[in-house]
Amino acid sequence: MTGNEVGPVNYAIDAAVQESRGNCRESAMIDWSGYIGLILQGALVTIQLTVMGSALALVMAFAAGLGRMSRFAPVRALATVYIEFFRGTSIFVQLFWAYFVLPFAGITLTPLQAGVLALGLNVGAYGAEVVRGAVRAIGREQHEACVALNLGRYHRMRHVILPQALPLMLPTFGNNAIELLKGTAVVSLISLTDMTFQAQVVRAQTGSTLIPFATILVLYFAMAMAISAGMRWLERRASRGLDGVRV
Amino acid sequence: MEWDWAFVWQIMPTLLEGLKITILATVLGAIVAAIVGLVLAIARRSPNPVVSRPVGFFADFIRGTPLLVQLYFIFYVLPDIGIRLSPLIAGVIGLGIHYGTYAAEVYRAGIDNVPRGQWEAARATNLSVRQAWIHVVLPQAIPPMIPALANYFIAMFKETPLLSAITVLELMNQAKSVANSSYRYIEPITMVGLFFLVISLISVVALRLLEERYARVDER
Repeated sequence: MTGNEVGPVNYAIDAAVQESRGNCRESAMIDWSGYIGLILQGALVTIQLTVMGSALALVMAFAAGLGRMSRFAPVRALATVYIEFFRGTSIFVQLFWAYFVLPFAGITLTPLQAGVLALGLNVGAYGAEVVRGAVRAIGREQHEACVALNLGRYHRMRHVILPQALPLMLPTFGNNAIELLKGTAVVSLISLTDMTFQAQVVRAQTGSTLIPFATILVLYFAMAMAISAGMRWLERRASRGLDGVRV
Repeated sequence: MEWDWAFVWQIMPTLLEGLKITILATVLGAIVAAIVGLVLAIARRSPNPVVSRPVGFFADFIRGTPLLVQLYFIFYVLPDIGIRLSPLIAGVIGLGIHYGTYAAEVYRAGIDNVPRGQWEAARATNLSVRQAWIHVVLPQAIPPMIPALANYFIAMFKETPLLSAITVLELMNQAKSVANSSYRYIEPITMVGLFFLVISLISVVALRLLEERYARVDER
């Protein structure tokens, strides 16, 4: 049962272990520089997933968030089902579903595609509520002023509502991006060679547990700090010129 | 491959077995998180920066790193320094600490939201610090926290499948072992998704009721 429980990861890790044992059987000393390189390779995959997942999440957040406020009932219903479904189950279940169940429906995804899809759709559902909340928070008088100025629906959204709603969304988007970064660790379980997967490989090869896991914890934290610093910068930029607009 | 109801009924007892562990882990995790959160919130309010700074950094660090890696850390690193934990206990500790840092923020916001005047009035009526906390501050701080805390506990429930990565035989792990032995993935994994969806939709309704009941406190 023991091999069965962790599923595909173990097989993949075992394969990786076999392969590298062939390479470095003669060296009894642990060559940390090689392992650090392995973890950094994983870090690149993690960053790639985070960036691509965030891009998909951003698109889904605006599509579903604005869709939920649509004039058309079917669009509203679709957006609501999407949001409730993806917020109601965890990223882990969605990822496994995308990776193991979709192939039976004839859609075969690579681990990277499944990861980006599941992360983007999941975090996009949370982002949709942020978009909706921020647009709702813009006062009624702004809408009325647009009507008085004879602006169309598109121009009202594009030039009046969204520029004011965006600074309200950014702090929460930053948190969502960090949640997405944390979610990327789960893709290691469908054998994508991200940072967590590589740490497991290092653990399996060296038997050392503290160094690989402590290293990736620090790297994840550094990435999270980078995201929140980037978001603060964006926030300053987006709210430039809005001083005094809202009391 | 077609959906097969007979197979669904056949695996149902195994899945329900897993669901029991999932719910047990959630309840235990919530209790640990509530306690860890309170300790962190109080330590972070400490006037002594030697206490409040490291605690603040620790909370930020936990919140900035993935739960899965923290679970691996607890499960693989602690035995090396002589602390042996069963997978379920390791999982409960991981969930509890991770969500405890979120709960700490809820407690902090709840306590900060009690107006200053209430503290001053408590002092003016000659209540001791202990009495002020128990009879004035906490009764006003706790009710608005309840929906926010419940929200995090629902989030925690949805994260419990991660425990399967450290070999806890919860719902997801039972489904995976059924899937691996029968080579049928559609039914087990979809059923896990359904279980989670149904339970979290019910919890969201319950959460709305909680919010309605406790939101009135603000309007007093």
